[in-house]
Amino acid sequence: MQLNQFLLLSAFLFCTGVYGVLARRNGVLVLMSVELMLNAVNINLVAFSAFNHGVSGQVFALFVITIAAAEVGVGLAIVLLIYRNLRSPDLDQVDQLKG
Amino acid sequence: MVAENVAFWIIAVAMAAAAIGVVRSQNVVHAALYLVVVLAGAAAQYILLAAEFVAWVQVLVYIGAIVILFLFGIMLTRAPMRGDTELDNDQRWVAAVTALFLLGVLVFLLVDAFGDRSIKVDNSLRAVGLSQNVADSIFRTYVMPFEIVSMLLLAALVGAVAIARRD
Repeated sequence: MQLNQFLLLSAFLFCTGVYGVLARRNGVLVLMSVELMLNAVNINLVAFSAFNHGVSGQVFALFVITIAAAEVGVGLAIVLLIYRNLRSPDLDQVDQLKG
Repeated sequence: MVAENVAFWIIAVAMAAAAIGVVRSQNVVHAALYLVVVLAGAAAQYILLAAEFVAWVQVLVYIGAIVILFLFGIMLTRAPMRGDTELDNDQRWVAAVTALFLLGVLVFLLVDAFGDRSIKVDNSLRAVGLSQNVADSIFRTYVMPFEIVSMLLLAALVGAVAIARRD
């Protein structure tokens, strides 16, 4: 298999995630797009791990999965707090710091 | 070899379509279900790359835990289900242009840099990717980052409870 087919798939997933983060206004959906980007990184890490015949990339992918779990926990807590304070999960309404 | 390539492209097309679904779906629960397809496809790609342990961790942690957390988040924030409210904001065209530009740059760079490299998935790679070797690597070479990441996970969970609790 070509190395590039995995890298191109992961580039596509990453760009889809970028679009989702920029274009969505619901906080939960923004977090889902962030997960897409983290998954793209994981595919890259595992593909390079296989390319180099090593396991370091797999170990780093496991670390990224752990960080993603922590990130979703804290992120959903923040979205929940925004919902509780503003009565809406709409991130465009979080503009209290706007001058 | 041909069978692996066919499997790769079938899974890759399904993942790409589901990823578009995640960012374009007007129903929040459908977006979460499309995310499950993307995550399961990534696990299948790891199996194709002879990384079984990462594949099963992906299934357990992502599909088992993170998607459930997302469904809890959807439930607790009473997200709109019927498409009666707009889920995208006004900058979606700028976002699309940015994403396409980034995709173009990445594709150009990747084709330029790795155009002729290939991965040989053979028995030696399968022997390298065994869970035993992954465990050896985590607990010998990367034991310090492993401990740090476990402390980070603890801190993040305590932080999530502290942020989300009602007082």
